[in-house]
Formats: sequence, C-alpha cells, structure tokens
Amino acid sequence: MTPISYSRATSVAEAGRLADGAGARLLGGGTNLVDLMRKGVERPSRLVDVSGLSDAIELARSGSLVIGAAARNSAVAAHPLVRQRYPMLARAILAGASAQIRNMATVGGNLMQRTRCLYFADVAGSRCNKREPGSGCDAVGGFNRYHAVLGTSPACIAAHPSDMCVALAALDARVQVSGPGGDRMIPLVDFHRLPGDRPDRDTVLDPGEVIVAVELPASPFAGRSAYRKVRDRSSYAFALVSVAAGLTMREGRIEEVAIAFGGIAPKPWRASRAEAVLRGGPAAGAAFAAAADAELADAAPLAGNAFKLALTRRTLEAVLSELTGGSL
Amino acid sequence: MAIRINGSDVAVPDDARVSLLDLLREGLHLTGTKVGCNQGACGACTVLIDGQRVLSCLTLAAQADGRSVTTIEGLGSGSDLHPLQVAFIEHDGFQCGYCTPGQICAAAAMLREVEAGIPSYVTADLAAERLTLSREEVRERMSGNLCRCGAHNGIVEAILRVAAEHAA
Repeated sequence: MTPISYSRATSVAEAGRLADGAGARLLGGGTNLVDLMRKGVERPSRLVDVSGLSDAIELARSGSLVIGAAARNSAVAAHPLVRQRYPMLARAILAGASAQIRNMATVGGNLMQRTRCLYFADVAGSRCNKREPGSGCDAVGGFNRYHAVLGTSPACIAAHPSDMCVALAALDARVQVSGPGGDRMIPLVDFHRLPGDRPDRDTVLDPGEVIVAVELPASPFAGRSAYRKVRDRSSYAFALVSVAAGLTMREGRIEEVAIAFGGIAPKPWRASRAEAVLRGGPAAGAAFAAAADAELADAAPLAGNAFKLALTRRTLEAVLSELTGGSL
Repeated sequence: MAIRINGSDVAVPDDARVSLLDLLREGLHLTGTKVGCNQGACGACTVLIDGQRVLSCLTLAAQADGRSVTTIEGLGSGSDLHPLQVAFIEHDGFQCGYCTPGQICAAAAMLREVEAGIPSYVTADLAAERLTLSREEVRERMSGNLCRCGAHNGIVEAILRVAAEHAA
C-alpha cells in the first residue's frame, strides 16, 4: 500500500468535501476497500471514514423505511421492522459473507462494493478493463464460472457480488445521495451501471457525491417473499445465482410480482421481463418457465458459466412454486 | 487517540495503513490472534470490537480508535480458561490449533447474538423472538471460521455444550 491519510467525517457535507478528489475514497466498514488496497487494486492517498454518519433505521411519514448509509449489515438484518416488513431483505443480508463481515460492512459500502472477479483482483498477473481501462479482459477466455451471463459487454463480464442489493432491487429501493450539485434520489435499479465500454465506472455517482440513506417504500410482499442463494458451498460463498422474489395472489392468479437476480449480471438484475409474463397470470409451472425464458432470452453465456442458464431457470421456478404454494 | 485492548489503552499507530491485526501481533505481541488468509476469507483473525465479532485483518487500527477490542488473550488464560476453551479441549475442537483463537472469539460473540434473538440465514421464522440453537444453526453461524484440519464436528459439539450449560 502507498501511504494514506485517515480522517473521520462528522457530517455528509464534510464527507463530500473531503472526498472530492481523485485520490480520496470513502471508508465504510472497509471489508472490501481495505482488501483491495492491500492487493493494489485501489490506491487511495486519503481515506474518509463515514461510518460515524447516520446509521438510523426509522419509518418516515410516507410509510417508507429509511436506513442510514452507515447502518451495519447485521443491524439491518436484525431490525424488527426489516424482519417483519421486508423479510426478503433480512434473508438476503444474512445470506451474504459471514457474521464477522456483516458486523463491519455498512449499507453504503455494500452498494459501492466492487466485483469479486479474480482477474480484477490480480494486479500482477491479469488484464482487466475494469481495473485498467483498455488493457483487455482475461476473464472472457479464462475461468469464468463466477461471471455474468446478462448485461455483459465485450469489455467486461464481471458479476456484481452483493446479496443485499438484489433484495433492494426487488423492493424498489431508492438511494438518497448528496453532492456538490445538491441532493437526489436514485432508484436502486439505476444506481449501478452496465459495463458497456466503461467497465471502470460501477455506479452513476458523480465525484463528491455521498450516499446518505437507502429508502424502502412500503412493500406488499412481506407475506410471500423469498431470497434463495445457490453457491458452491452451503455458506460463506458468493452466489452462482440468487433470486429475490415477492408476490401477491388474487383468486388463484399472480397479482403483483417483483423479481431480481444476483450472481448472473454486472448489477443487481431486476427481472422486468419475467415479471411481465407472470403478472395477472396463473401460478403454474408453464408460466414460471415462460418467465425464465423471457428474462434469459438475451443471455450471453460463455464456456465456464453456461450452466447458469439452467440453474437460474430452476431456481426461479422453485422459488415461484414455493411462493405460490406448490412444491417443486 | 487510543484503542482499549483487553482493558489497556494503546496508542493508534501513526501509519494509517496498519491493520488492527498487525497492531495486535507486531506492535503488541498479542500473537493469539492469527494471520490466516489476510483477505477476509478464513476467520482466523477474529476479535471482538465493542463485543461484536469482526475480522482484524480487514480493520485498520485507526478504525478502532476510541473503541474496545477483546482478543483471545482477553477472554481467557492458561490458568483461567474460558468455558469455550474448556469445551474445545473436551470435545476435540481442534487439531493444529491455528484457527482456534478465531473460532473461540467468534463463538463467544455468536452465543450472545443467539441470546439477543438475532436470526441467521437458516432460521425458519425470522420473526421469532426465541431461537433454538440447532447443529445446523451453529454451522451456519460459524461459517466464517474455516478449519483446514477438519475439526468442525468437534467445534460444533463444544459450542452446543457451552450453549446448553449457559441455558441450564
């Protein structure tokens, strides 16, 4: 690591001021950033610790739940209102990392975490367009079991690693940010970018912008929701595929439905096409299969990750079957 | 600028790059806390900050400024073993012992999480206020601590024994 300075921000405005420079990085829990610094992927000259900013979890008058960006992942998952009203989110957070890491990691940091692509982390030995734009991608022709099949580009096939963000995508969460240009709300599904020809840019945040909170609108899905994660071992591993889903039923048909995927795309992947197939339709295996087909129609599998198409299909069908009362 | 470590105040290093793990081992010679992967994948460096289990390899010492750190040396000593240390010995919860300090720090915090009613990924009812610590629950809750000797069965037994004694 190169020498760094460390300071603690006492307000969002101060964090924004201190972070408005190429060499500065905001530090939440450090579970991702400290590791990337040690590997030489990130080389900040200044760390601004924002873990002392708001970690409050409280209901707004609108009925939304507002979660301060400094809230630890474990605190969010344990919060009674999250467990009662957004069980999908509690389950997704508890599926991620380990208890130690969840105690450290913040909500804002989780939104900003970078891909776990092995080539991205391998500074000495691998080419990576996300780490060094224009250098090439060794994952495309390499070991790509853990990589994305949807939303990729010739420049980058890295998958987004978060579990929490997948549930947030399905729950229509919004990200409250503050910056030199003022405050704005960004829908979670628009917060992360697809790689295109600029895979080095993970999010739509502008320089100096700081995540203040995540806002969850009231959800109709508490009664029928799930987060199912499929991985190479039963715990403490990143997702091969994960599904966050919630739905409501009316007279035997699916009324409202929200679905998001993790592990198969460069960002938390809201499955709007699958939802459109299911909405208003029967809770039947054929409909579940058609929904998966619609979402995966544009998939671009590679040698090492083509299995994810069948795995995604089966996981989605199993989750929908469970949520609509059947068994698969 | 001080970190309280096992009850004593320690100055925060001038170099902000120093991890809490390196401060403990290299600076203070508290070598009970182990360096395993040094990248957040194994749990050998687990310590408690303000009673919560964390990874000291991914924590900068500066982040612990003003907070209270407990390492394995703070939990028990050779003449005064922690109940988990006794149980690990009785149930063969280790072979080489390298992961053991991290396992025991993690388990100590985990038992308090269960007492506080905090669910895990395998808890069936997220709304339940009282938890039953099954073997499956222990395995899930301890999944952040790897043992390459494969002593996991003994580790789970030891933890279940302490949990049962605690509840009795």
